[in-house]
Amino acid sequence: MLLLEDVHTHYGKIEALHGVTVEVKQGEIVSLIGANGAGKTTLLMTVCGNPQASSGRIVLEGRDITRLPTSDIMRSGIAIVPEGRRVFSGLTVEENLHMGGFFNTKSEIRKGIEHVYELFPRLKEREHQRAGTMSGGEQQMLAIGRALMSKPRMMILDEPSLGLAPLVIKQIFEIIGQLREEGITVFLVEQNAHQALRLADRGYVLETGRIRLQDTGENLLANPDVQNAYLGG
Amino acid sequence: MVAAHNLKHALFCAVITLVISWPIMGLKLEAVGTQITLQGADPFTWIAIGVAALAVFLFQLFREAILGRLGMLKSLNPMADRKPMPQEKRLKLESIGLTLLIVLALIWPFFVSRGSVDLATLVLIYIMLALGLNVVVGLAGLLDLGYVAFYAVGAYTFALLSQYWGISFWMALPIGALLAALFGLVLGFPVLRLRGDYLAIVTLGFGEIIRILLNNWTNVTGGPNGIGGIPDPTLFGMEFGRRVKEEGNVSFHETFGIAYSGEHKVIFLYLIALVLAVFTGLVIRRLMRMPVGRAWEALREDEIAARSLGLSRTGVKLSAFTIGAFFAGFAGTVFASKQGFISPESFVFLESAIILAIVVLGGMGSQMGVILAAIAVTILPELAREFSEYRMLIFGAAMVLMMVWRPQGLLPMRRRQIKLSTGE
Ligand SMILES: Nc1ncnc2c1ncn2[C@@H]1O[C@H](COP(=O)(O)OP(=O)(O)O)[C@@H](O)[C@H]1O
Ligand SMILES: [Mg+2]
Repeated sequence: MLLLEDVHTHYGKIEALHGVTVEVKQGEIVSLIGANGAGKTTLLMTVCGNPQASSGRIVLEGRDITRLPTSDIMRSGIAIVPEGRRVFSGLTVEENLHMGGFFNTKSEIRKGIEHVYELFPRLKEREHQRAGTMSGGEQQMLAIGRALMSKPRMMILDEPSLGLAPLVIKQIFEIIGQLREEGITVFLVEQNAHQALRLADRGYVLETGRIRLQDTGENLLANPDVQNAYLGG
Repeated sequence: MVAAHNLKHALFCAVITLVISWPIMGLKLEAVGTQITLQGADPFTWIAIGVAALAVFLFQLFREAILGRLGMLKSLNPMADRKPMPQEKRLKLESIGLTLLIVLALIWPFFVSRGSVDLATLVLIYIMLALGLNVVVGLAGLLDLGYVAFYAVGAYTFALLSQYWGISFWMALPIGALLAALFGLVLGFPVLRLRGDYLAIVTLGFGEIIRILLNNWTNVTGGPNGIGGIPDPTLFGMEFGRRVKEEGNVSFHETFGIAYSGEHKVIFLYLIALVLAVFTGLVIRRLMRMPVGRAWEALREDEIAARSLGLSRTGVKLSAFTIGAFFAGFAGTVFASKQGFISPESFVFLESAIILAIVVLGGMGSQMGVILAAIAVTILPELAREFSEYRMLIFGAAMVLMMVWRPQGLLPMRRRQIKLSTGE
């Protein structure tokens, strides 16, 4: 479904990704783990075309999107839950969801919002509350809900557990599991390696802009190197 | 500790005051014969400078206490602690208020002096400008310091079209607005990649370039001499002058068999400005509720999030920039017609700054606030005319007080919430 082939990305003269190859197949949950500064966010943002890859190829559902502008990529069935949630804090929950369905018809938006409220009853309770006044967990739910509004076939999540309490993290991972049931392919980026790998069909380990390891989620969890580096031994 | 720090700070400010005012006010260049000599000012000026420095010193020393008092002024404002009204009620009240205001504005000019109507026309022009800039700054969050350029494009379009091709006000109105919008589009394209301060500086530069261009392209624009003889608007081919200027037209007072009066024209222009200002307000209100309005808001709130939803950054910003420019062009055409004469001097940076001040004072994004602020900012300096050279000083002081007292503006924008799931 999504294929990155030998992707290099630069910030000015500095190369942040040194030839990354990653594949996410239809219906999978794929986790990418790595330490701070490994280039995880850079990789996701490169998929979104901001910044664009300086070389290599990115293919989404058979279509080469390497050189497409961000706005076109984000309208081709892929949605991202950006790092740090980035809900529109001055807008209400409902308005945030409404924005998520920006390119949909009114009736699609209405259905979409209902659907999101089914998945997250918590959001329904707060539909007219300003997003900025909600807890981190609720904001994360909203960010996922907003991304769902465009009816994506694939969802990319950048560290959805960042800064959340363990109980809330558990909820968020359950929700990500549910996305698969919805038929959405998930590409998940996490520092929280344990949960992310347990949930994943396959996983990649990114280290300073290079893929170090790739395997099934289970095998990676059992891998002594991974255990040492990312699971606290 | 704190006192010592305050003392140091206050001393520093007082010294700065001295350093700045001494050469500016304390020294004078006098021409004696062919020589220019430097002379000290009279003792009174020296005393004044000393008093000023002392005042600065004392103010800075007791700054906290003074500003604390000022902050308490908030409680004098009856509206401050009011609970926000429910949305439906607020919208209803707002539309009733606006309707009343418009009706009042329609009959008002027939009962007041010609000078007042003239001033009111100017207020309306500023309202148009501020409503337009409000889209750019208040709604889309793009700091544009060269807005006056589009105003100039509108005004000069009409002036030049009428001078070279005898095109009338009504023809020039859409052309001027569209041309200004085109300028906005063309300028916006390369510039809107920049953000924040950079955008502000580039737009500032653009405003100056347009003005300098108008000033120096003498054989087309007349340079600093400007363009005169810009015709007044006509009412269905009726002219408002004492004598008909253009063939085929008739004059207003003869058609209706009333005595000629210069007031007719002034009132007519006022009414045109009123209609156009209302039109501007309505169109922008409408846009705010359309997807493009929500896109402006999303982009202002969080650019990355907005882009992640597939909004095109350049497209959204460009639309705001272009629409803002369009209404500036509108206002420019009316201005040219009202003045009958324009020159680059009407389009200096100060104008941009005043329009921006109106938007900020009114509470970014709020239309009602912008209208109130436009009235205040245009009329206050007129009222303070007796203070002649201290006008701008008073104006500045009022702005500073305003920002201390109510930093969110007169009537900060209350967003209209979307409600979907209820019924429908
Ligand atoms: N906008 C940027 N400009 C320059 N360098 C950046 C930028 N964003 C990230 N980097 C650099 O790229 C590298 C990878 O960063 P990032 O992708 O954010 O890592 P991660 O998400 O894995 O923590 C880091 O060295 C970081 O300093
Ligand atoms: Mg990151």
